Order: sequence, then C-alpha cells, then structure tokens
Amino acid sequence: MKLIYERSQAGRRGLGIPKPDLPVPELPASLRRAEPPRLPELAEPEVLRHFTELSTRNFGIDTGFYPLGSCTMKYNPRINERLVGLPGFANLHPLVEDDAAQGALELEWELQEILREVTGLDAVSLQPAAGSQGELTGLMLFRAYFQDKGEDEQRRKIVIPDTAHGTNPASVTMAGYELTPVKTDPRGNIDVEDLRGKVDEHTAGLMLTNPSTLGLFDENIEEIRDIFHGVGALMYYDGANLNAVCGISRPGDMGFDVVHINLHKTFSQPHGGGGPGGGPIAVRASLEPFLPVPVVARDGGRFRLDYDRPKSIGKVRAFSGPFGVFVRSYAFIRSYGPALREMSEVAVLNANYMLARLKDAYDLPFDRLCMHEFVLSTRSLKREHGVSALDVAKRLMDYGFHPPTVYFPLIVPEALMIEPTESEAKETLDRFIDAMLAIAQEAAEEPELLHDAPHERPVRRLDEVRAAKNPIVRFRFDDHPTEQGSGDRQLEAQKGA
Amino acid sequence: MSYLSLTDDDREQMLATIGVGSVEELFRDIPAAVRYDRELAIAPALTESELQRHMEELAGKNVVDEICFLGAGIYDHYVPAVVDAVLQRGELLTAYTPYQPEMSQGVLQAVFEYQTAICELTGMDVSNASGYDGSTVAADACFVAKHATGRSKIVITEATSPQVRQVVKTYAPGFGLEVVEVPHEGGVTDPQRVRDAAEGAAAVIFQTPNFFGNLEAAPELAAAANDAGAMPIAHVDIVSLGVLEAPGNYGCAMAIGEGQSAGNSMSYGGPHYGFLAARSDYIRRLPGRIVGETVDASGDRGYVLTLQTREQHIRREKATSNITTNQTLLALAGLVHLSLLGPQGLRELGETCLALSGYAKERLTAAGLALAFPAQSTFKEFAVRTGRNAREALAAARQQGVYAGYPLGRDYPGLDDALLVAVTEKRTVEEIDRLVEALA
Amino acid sequence: MSTESYPEDLLYHPEHDWARIDGDEAVLGITWHAQDALGELVHYEPPNVGASVGKDASYGEVESVKAVSDLISPLSGEVIEVNQQVIDAPETANDDPYGDGWLIRVRMTQPDEQSQLLSAADYQRVVESE
Repeated sequence: MKLIYERSQAGRRGLGIPKPDLPVPELPASLRRAEPPRLPELAEPEVLRHFTELSTRNFGIDTGFYPLGSCTMKYNPRINERLVGLPGFANLHPLVEDDAAQGALELEWELQEILREVTGLDAVSLQPAAGSQGELTGLMLFRAYFQDKGEDEQRRKIVIPDTAHGTNPASVTMAGYELTPVKTDPRGNIDVEDLRGKVDEHTAGLMLTNPSTLGLFDENIEEIRDIFHGVGALMYYDGANLNAVCGISRPGDMGFDVVHINLHKTFSQPHGGGGPGGGPIAVRASLEPFLPVPVVARDGGRFRLDYDRPKSIGKVRAFSGPFGVFVRSYAFIRSYGPALREMSEVAVLNANYMLARLKDAYDLPFDRLCMHEFVLSTRSLKREHGVSALDVAKRLMDYGFHPPTVYFPLIVPEALMIEPTESEAKETLDRFIDAMLAIAQEAAEEPELLHDAPHERPVRRLDEVRAAKNPIVRFRFDDHPTEQGSGDRQLEAQKGA
Repeated sequence: MSYLSLTDDDREQMLATIGVGSVEELFRDIPAAVRYDRELAIAPALTESELQRHMEELAGKNVVDEICFLGAGIYDHYVPAVVDAVLQRGELLTAYTPYQPEMSQGVLQAVFEYQTAICELTGMDVSNASGYDGSTVAADACFVAKHATGRSKIVITEATSPQVRQVVKTYAPGFGLEVVEVPHEGGVTDPQRVRDAAEGAAAVIFQTPNFFGNLEAAPELAAAANDAGAMPIAHVDIVSLGVLEAPGNYGCAMAIGEGQSAGNSMSYGGPHYGFLAARSDYIRRLPGRIVGETVDASGDRGYVLTLQTREQHIRREKATSNITTNQTLLALAGLVHLSLLGPQGLRELGETCLALSGYAKERLTAAGLALAFPAQSTFKEFAVRTGRNAREALAAARQQGVYAGYPLGRDYPGLDDALLVAVTEKRTVEEIDRLVEALA
Repeated sequence: MSTESYPEDLLYHPEHDWARIDGDEAVLGITWHAQDALGELVHYEPPNVGASVGKDASYGEVESVKAVSDLISPLSGEVIEVNQQVIDAPETANDDPYGDGWLIRVRMTQPDEQSQLLSAADYQRVVESE
C-alpha cells in the first residue's frame, strides 16, 4: 500500500484556513522558514480513504480476540468515547481557574477515591501518563521519603524478581537506584531464601507484580512483606496485573506502600496502537506529602488544585494528568460499580478454563491454578518438530486471532503468555483453544505451515534483521524520484537550481 | 453486566472443566489474611443512559463557553472532523502496541508517516513514535544528552515553559543531572549568557517561540550551545513550523515539543503527545518506539518496530528509557491534521495566527495597554500589561464572557500585571475586539 | 551460517568469549555458541582504540534484533585495533566467529591471566551444561 506521501499531488489540500482581512506581520528573515516541509498534499476524501485503508490492515479488540498477555486487552465501551468528546470535557483548557473546572476536578476527585478503595491505600496522584511513568514516580517518592528520614544515601538498592517487566529495572536506573535481582522458586513465587540474603539496611525497597507475569499469585506475600518492612524498606506494586484481583485482594492489604494502576489495562482506556495510557499511583499516608503537584483537593463541596505542597517531588508531567483517560476509566468503573469484583472473577475463570484445556498440548512450566493469565511453553514442540513460540504465534493469525505475548517472561523458554480478559464469550475461548490444539497437531504433521505463517495477513513474515541493520525510519523523498508529488517537485527544484 | 458474556451454564461447564467447585476456589493461592472480604465501596452500577446523564452533569459544571485566549502551552486550535473519524476506527483505537507486525501494518505505517512528518517539520533525521507530552520529552532529551556527551549539567532558559522546566527538574536528580536556568532579558534570552552557562553542559534547552510568545534568536542560541560542545535542543510549537525555520536548519541536535496543537482537543491537559526528533547520530540513544521500513518474505514493503535493543524489554536496567506506552493515537491525530493541512495549509495556519495576534496587539496598545515586551517578534501569543493585578483583570474579563489569558505572575515575579494572550486561527476579529473591550 | 566448532588453539572464557594469543598481543571474539544464541547480529558497538579493557569486564556490545550482549574480555589489555569489517557487516561474527569475525586486538597487560582461561574441551562442557 502507498504511503500518504506517495499519494500526494502538488496543489491539493484537505482543509481551509480562515483568512481574516488583515496584514500578516513580517517575521525576522533569520527565523523565517526557507523551504516548506514536505507534508502530503491531498484533498479531504483521499485523506480519509488513506487512513481507512490503513485501519483495514490493523487488528484491534473490535476486530477479534486479542489475548496479549500482560496487556489486558478488554472491551473498550463505545459510550466512553462519546463521553470524552462532550464539549464540557474536550474544550476545557487545563489552566483555567478552578471555578471553571469544577466538573473535571470532581471527576478526578471521585476517580481518586475509587482507586484508593480498589488499592486499599490512602492517597492518589493521577498525574503519571503511563504505568512505567507511575513506576518512576513511585521510586522518586521512595527517594523523597528516605531523604526526609536522612536515609537516602544509605538505601541505594531496589530488589526486582527475574520475572519482572523490563520497565521495572529501567525505572530503577532512571530514578538513580541500583538493581538487585532475585530469583523465582520452582512454584513460580519469589525465592524467599535468595531474597533473605539480599535485603538489608541498604535496601530501599521491592518492586513486585502480583500476580506475577507468570499469572501466579505469590503465596509468600506476607513473609516477603515482613522481610522488607522489617528492615525499614518500602514495597512497590506494579499494577499491570490488577485485573486479576479487583475487590478480591488489595495491594495495600498485602503490604505495598506505592501502587500504580494501568488505566489502559484494568480500566479499559483504549490503547490506540501504542497509547495513550494512564498510570496513577496510590500511596500510604506516610508517602502522601511527597506526591507530585498539583493534588486535587476538596473543600466542602468545592474542588481545587493544590500546589502548596512543600515536600512534593515536583511534576512528572504537565498539568494534572491525561484527563481524557480519566473520563473513560471513571465511566468504565461507574458502569461496573462494586461488580468490579465480578470482572476480576470472570477474567480469572476464563484464564483457568483455557489453561485446563491447553495444558496437555503445550508445556506448562508451573502447574498451578493461574490468575488472570498463564504462561505455556513450546519447548517440546521446538525440540521435537523445530517449531518455535513465534511460529505458533504467526500461525494463530491465520485462524483470525491476535497472538499471545511471546518470549516473555524471560525465565520461561519459548513462552506463550495468554490473557483472555473477562470480555470474551465461552464460544470465543473455545474457538481459540481449538485453534491452539490444531496448531499443535500441525506442528507435528506439517511444520512448514507454521514456519511460513502467516498466510492470510496483508503482509507475510517481516524481515526485522534488515530493518535493524540499515534503519529506514522516515520516507526518503529523494530516493523515490519516480513517485508523484512532493518528491518530484523537490527533484525538479533541484534540477532547476 | 452488559460487558460480560458468560451465562450461568457457561460458568458451571467451565468450573467442571477446570475441576473446581466454585469461582472462590480459583483464588486459593491468595493467603486468607490478604483477601478482601467486603464489597467494594463504589457507587452502584449505572446503565448506559444513566451514565450518559451523570457525565453530562459533570461536564456541565465546567465553563467552556468563554472566548478562549488562554494558551501557555495548550491551545484552542481547530480539530478537523476527519481526525475524529479516523480515531474512531476500532481497528486503530482498540489495538495494543504493534508487537506483531503482520497484525499491525496500519498502525506501523501510520507511525512511519508520522515520523516522516515530524522530521520534515523539524529538519531532523529521526523521530520517535511520540512521548507523553511536551514536558516529558524534555526530560527524555536530557537523558539522551547525558549519555551522548558524558556530561551532567543541563542548561535551560527561564523563558521555557514552567511546566517543562519543573518536569526536567523533577527527573534530573535520578539521572544525576544538575539543572541551570538562564534568565530572560526583556522577554528573550541573551546568547552570550547561554554561551557562558553552557560551558561543560550536556545540553541547552530553549523554547521558541518562548513561554512569553517571543521568538528567540534561535540560531544564535544554538550556536552558543554548539560552541560549548553542548547539544542545542529546541522546544518548538508544531504549528509554527510552516512559517518558522526548522531547528535542524539552524544547528540544533534535537527538536522537541508539545504536539497538542496539531490534531488534539485541549481536554483539560491530555492525553496529548510530545514529539522528539534528533540528528541521526543519536538514533541509538533515543527513547521510545521507532518504526522502520523493511520487506516481508515475498519482498513486499512493510513496517516493524525497530532498534528495539534500545528499549526496556531487552536492555532492561541499561535501556535508553523506561517508556513503553506512548501516545500513538494522539500522534496519529496530529498526522491526520497535518495531512489535511499540507505545506500550504500549515503556512496559512501560521499566517492567520500571526495576523490575528498582530491585530490583537495593535488594538490593545491603541486602547492604552502596554505590551510587556514591545521590542519582540511573536507568533501567536504575547504578553500584555493590564495595569492592575492580572488575575483581577482576568476575573473582570470573564464577567464579559472573555477568558483573556494566563496571568504570568503565577510563574514570573515582577510580571504580576501581565497576561499571556494566545490567539489561534479560531478567533475572529470580533472576538478580539471583545477582548480589547474586556481589558481596556 | 557457520557450523558448531571450538578450535583447540584458542583459550575460552565461560561468558562465551575466546582469545587467540599472538606474542604479547591477543585477538578476541565471541564463540560459535554465543553467536548462535544471539541470532544474526545487526550491530557491533566496539571500544575505542587505546582504551584499556579489564579481564571479566565488558569492552563493548553486540546486538541481534531481540537481544543485546555485553562483550566480556577474557584478558586485560589495551585495545590496539578493532575489526572494521564487523562494524560494517556484523553478521561476519556469525559467519566466521573465529576468523574474519574477530572483534578486537589487544596488547596484554597481564599475560599470566591466560592460565585462568578454559581449554576448548573445558569450555565445551560449559556449553553443554547450559
């Protein structure tokens, strides 16, 4: 399919601009644009068709089943899209005086109250723009807390299990901490013996996803809490898997001091092919003074943004956060009410049902009941038939499904991480399971079918080595002189000159 | 619950297949002491029509009918209807990050086209797929500069947005960076002072048009940074780049900014997107996703996430950033808007902003108000002295239905009487006349 | 791609690196096993000529599409040459890991460190136990 730059024809345009009958002030010559940017030139219908065609080459939750482990690809209700577009939300400037934003502030306040309840913690900041920014913010709070106690220089280490998302260690570095990795035991829990030897008065805290990226709830969570709190260290809960435990178990009750919530996972903000997201954090009262500014405060029936927080770490993002994400997640939560518990129960039921039906056809590294997701391995298929997790993933596309997460967590070779979410009908789960079983059979009988997959997508398997070796990361107008449009004109301009 | 499909029969069958007697049993690995045994204290569920009514009530408590001259980083530009139509395509809206390229050619190609547009606008070689907003991309750029230069000082002009400066200062201690601010003089930054401050610095970040709306002597500021071996990083207004020179064409190493003005409504501050572009020398140090062109098994062109070894899921604690989720959908909105505008439309958009804001300056001074920085050239925003506390002037103007601007005293002592007034292409001559009336 | 082999005339480091001793100099590279585990290499980040490298410390990186690996030096020394051919075509280290795919040449500063390295047979046992 053509790039939009290859559809361009000089002289076309897709949007008129009001032209008041006024002089245009002259810009200083040294600051004036010399050559126009080569943006595409198309009339409006062609712009719409281009992007519509692009959409047909993409797969979303609206298209079909999307069991991408750890990403919680649940239904995104359409009412929420209508609500975020209400003029009272969409046209509100973030710097208006508080009296002009009472509805927005009330919504933020109410969302904070709900997140406090779901996490079992005392105070919330909605500011972080995504889960990984929530992590970084949480670690900044750790540092501010220990600085306040005069212990920041002493406490330099953050403990992270080997099953963690890569964001955890990356956040540790960005916050200026050092990483202490800890192993996973044969049941898929943190190896408590390994842990004991690594936690001491130099430890600032733990970062843990619970249930873990293996989809397993850490059975020793109370012991782990005692180890960290016993040396005065803090506990960070990576909320990537919160969808397993809403109303069932709360991070605050597990002993965690800071939690981030991925609003684009648990609370249904559509992920838009890579974002937006939202990563609010909830904290224990002892960390509240350090939260980013502004904080949403309530005085009686009025709401305001409070900037007067002398111990605050500062700001991690402009304004009070990605407000449109809050609108959608708040609407999603209000649609469920206390039945958020049922949401998590069904997510866990769906995952266990799939696990029960698939565990004989694939390797199961940790044979336990799972939570909202589970990890299989194609290790045996690889050994016996030369078929990798990637081959299985690509073949699933031919059956009309988005593949699960592959090759993660890192401790499971040939991993397939499957998260159905609560949104799916049993028939959909069955169709996917049947496809997985059929593929296991194909792996034995016709492995080439898998190696060559996908066969039914707009493109076949893509050459990632070529892309990385010689990166082409923008359209090169000058390499496409035969194309119509801007490239042509540029070339002619050069010839003319 | 209408978002759930399982019937009671389904549940019974599924539990039987699993081999447990109840849903409760599925949670047996959770120790009893950390179970939550009460009902969540959340208001009862609303049906869709009840939800619509509730949210309309909340939205109705916000005031959005005053004529908007408020900017200061977020602007009331027009968002074309085609943007909404594209963003509501479920295949794009409800997709995750394109980890499986064969399922995601639509998003991947769109990001490639977005990267191309950002490179064209900024005069850079490479753009990432977007950052969270115009403030966090500045912090990202500091991380790039630290590792590219091995230096640990960041210089930022005081005339850069206070939101941006505050985010940079919040990130800096974790990065091991010291932040030095260079004060403005008469609303712009003196290149010589930048040159002095840049000695030993990793980067110099300056905004142009700056927070006051004034055009900095950007080429001189970039030269001052380069002269000291620091990376010049320009923070620019995306819709100004049809009329203002691209940072890549006056010696900058990186260009960053807030993308909201292209394709995004104000939405009380987000979600929006930040753009981040650089010279090719820095490609392996960039944070975030980058899409690259390649071919498939048949030799046909296609797109993939590339140079992923920079990223957290592979390089973990040594990654160039922890970013995973970015702002792809909002960046797509920007691409659609820019595609509708084309080079001609973007230039006209800039010219209309220039013309209308020029008219506003002229009328306000004719009415007896003084510009805060009369000697400076501006783009779409300028500072005007109201002759009294600017918050009072603002309150009075709002009484007449005009949201006249941003009181600069909030961030800049000594400018307590100044309002920062933004004029986009959506404003009319009549509305500007009402602004003048309201402030005069 | 090459076939599995571990030449007898090289010394090995358990982090899958090899050294070929040449008087007071040594040529360093990664083993067949290392390049096989990484997959096709797409990038080689070499040290600067003149830099000093320490035994067991990282002197650079190699990358495939999905993995990045530190290059661990088997010996201490000063870098006197880096292999431009691998910078230009990183897959050379896949195709010929012990020949054209060498990575750096060092002048040894602690030649007695050689005694701590593994023979081909010992290294092969390390590979088999993984």
